[in-house]
Amino acid sequence: MTTLWNKPEISRREFFEKCAEAGAKTFVFGGLVVTTANLLLAQDPEDVRARAEGAVESRLHDTGLGDVRARAEGAPKEAAKGPIYGFVVDTMKCIGCGSCVRACRDENNVPDGFCRTWVEQYTFFPNGEVIVNSPSGGADGFGEDLPSRNMPEELGQLPVRGFFVPKLCNHCINTPCIQVCPVGASYVTREGVVLIDQERCIGCGYCVQACPFGSRYINPQTNTADKCTWCYHRITKGMVPACVQACPAKARIFGSVSDPNSEISQILANNRVQVLKSYLGTNPRTRYIGLDSEVM
Amino acid sequence: MHHYVTQGYVLPNQAHIYWTMMIVLYPYITGIVAGAFIISSLHHVFDRDELKPVSRFAMLMALAFLLCAPLPLLAHLGHPERALNIMFTPNVTSAMAGFGFIYTIYLLILVVEIWLLYRVDIVFLASNAKSEMMRRLYWILALGVTDISEEAKALDRKVMLFLAAIGVPAACFLHGYVGFLFGAIKANPWWASPLMPVIFLLSAIVSGIAMVMVCYLIVQWFNKRPVDSECTQSMMESAWYFVMVDVALEGLELLNHAYMANHDWDIMKHLILDKLLVSLFVVQFLIGSVVPFLLLGAAVVFRNRIPAGVRNVMGFVSGILLLVQVLAMRWNVVMGGQMFSKSFRGFLDFQIDIYGREGLLAVLFLFTLPFVAMLVFSRVLPLWGPISTFPTRWLRDKPPEYVPLKNLTKFK
Repeated sequence: MTTLWNKPEISRREFFEKCAEAGAKTFVFGGLVVTTANLLLAQDPEDVRARAEGAVESRLHDTGLGDVRARAEGAPKEAAKGPIYGFVVDTMKCIGCGSCVRACRDENNVPDGFCRTWVEQYTFFPNGEVIVNSPSGGADGFGEDLPSRNMPEELGQLPVRGFFVPKLCNHCINTPCIQVCPVGASYVTREGVVLIDQERCIGCGYCVQACPFGSRYINPQTNTADKCTWCYHRITKGMVPACVQACPAKARIFGSVSDPNSEISQILANNRVQVLKSYLGTNPRTRYIGLDSEVM
Repeated sequence: MHHYVTQGYVLPNQAHIYWTMMIVLYPYITGIVAGAFIISSLHHVFDRDELKPVSRFAMLMALAFLLCAPLPLLAHLGHPERALNIMFTPNVTSAMAGFGFIYTIYLLILVVEIWLLYRVDIVFLASNAKSEMMRRLYWILALGVTDISEEAKALDRKVMLFLAAIGVPAACFLHGYVGFLFGAIKANPWWASPLMPVIFLLSAIVSGIAMVMVCYLIVQWFNKRPVDSECTQSMMESAWYFVMVDVALEGLELLNHAYMANHDWDIMKHLILDKLLVSLFVVQFLIGSVVPFLLLGAAVVFRNRIPAGVRNVMGFVSGILLLVQVLAMRWNVVMGGQMFSKSFRGFLDFQIDIYGREGLLAVLFLFTLPFVAMLVFSRVLPLWGPISTFPTRWLRDKPPEYVPLKNLTKFK
């Protein structure tokens, strides 16, 4: 029998024919593998949504919250196309209690050392110095001590003004995070919510680097990227995100911006709003009332 | 997870270094691939004959490092088992999704190029290697093609020239793309720069030349073989030229940041003058760039006055320093970009992890693998030249039972 290593010679033509044959086989087989993998991995946003809803269904059952969920009354047109959601943060109203941060942790099982939402405290001193802090993301509030206590002597004077700024994922329209995700694990839903498919994410951390707002982190429990989802599991049930529900000052307003009669649409119609880092052109869906230029 | 020491206000999710030393190692390794390939191509495409002694070695070095290039990435991924998703479900807008394809194409080009380069040797060894097992191995490596007539060799050369010609832009793309990964992140002012791919590419060429030069000298000295000073002189000239352009661009980029002094300059100034003072100014610029620039410059300008042996030592020292420079550059880019918060109000200090999946020991281990691969290659393929340079211990004593073609006799 002639095997590869004792066959004296193969003609060049024969060799190229064999190469071409092998190449064609590889191409067809590779194509099949890729297609199959695509079919196996591809997930309709509906599936993800159904899964998220299923997860919350059981939790709602546990907590007995199922009965009190609010029903959004959308216009008929909106019902057909579905709402587009928006988020407004009114920094004039935030009192820095940290209820939102705690509510988010409880709702979303956020690992220690990370935040899906957090509150920053800005304190301005007469010499122009600005002190920003957010101990534990503001989860425990800020107490009554002013930051000046820990400041050097020359800053040890009373601040001239201060405020709190709650932060969360901006759910940008031109998202750098979705743009850079190499495997398409980050995606936007038809409601405008930016989500991560935890079963497709490879945990490369590129989106964490690309987010200008520090909204994303690698969850050490799942080794995948994670961030605020605007409580997608709640909002698809007609509820508001946990942080919105927990806020005692109504500093967080969530709703459908495609419905002109919704509360958020009214607020957006009657206020001047800004976004964070507008110069980056990410076009956030989270908008701010009373944003100071010191806030980045 | 580390609890990093922070100063100022760091965004809660940014009190962590997400891209670790593995992401420093990855561009370092691919850079050496690109540089080694280009050195080899200078001989194969641009007919720089003085580089002949290292042309094969450089090509195999490119392959050894390329084979190891994905390993730091796999060690870094949160879900390495899903790594192939970047080829199964690539997101076309992601630069990173290009990695799988660019890598595969480049690997194919390199493997075919090396196969053509060694084809005649492989055919010869298939009937003349010492042991039966090795002869079978060479038969397999020959892929059944035993035609080594002059026409066949001429065709090989044509295909090789073509592959090298597309290999050079592919190598540039492979590494320019790594720079683009960073340069296109607008969220990070330390990275966002159209110069980034250019700087990455140039420093890659510098590191590749340096690595080939250093390894060549070490191997020759260790084996007590004469060093071809024409060859080292040529590599020193290339290294001198590329380090000049590379460092000029790196300096220009810093100057540009400082001169424009955008809203992010306050934090960048602090980063450069405090956090990166040693690794940027002392290691990267002073020790890693200025010293080898002067050494290489002297060796090039005063080549007739300095004895060849001294010039080789100068090449060796500058090669080592250039390797340090490029490593420092990767470090300063990757770590520097994560040492300040996107709040632009705070910093964190990176702490080197010794153990663990992405620790220092793992990094050092991965960095030895390309050299292990070179060692394996050197047992199968002659690194330094064609058949005439084979160690005779590779060949069997009695004449081969079968000689594929009479052409082979000319090698005896």
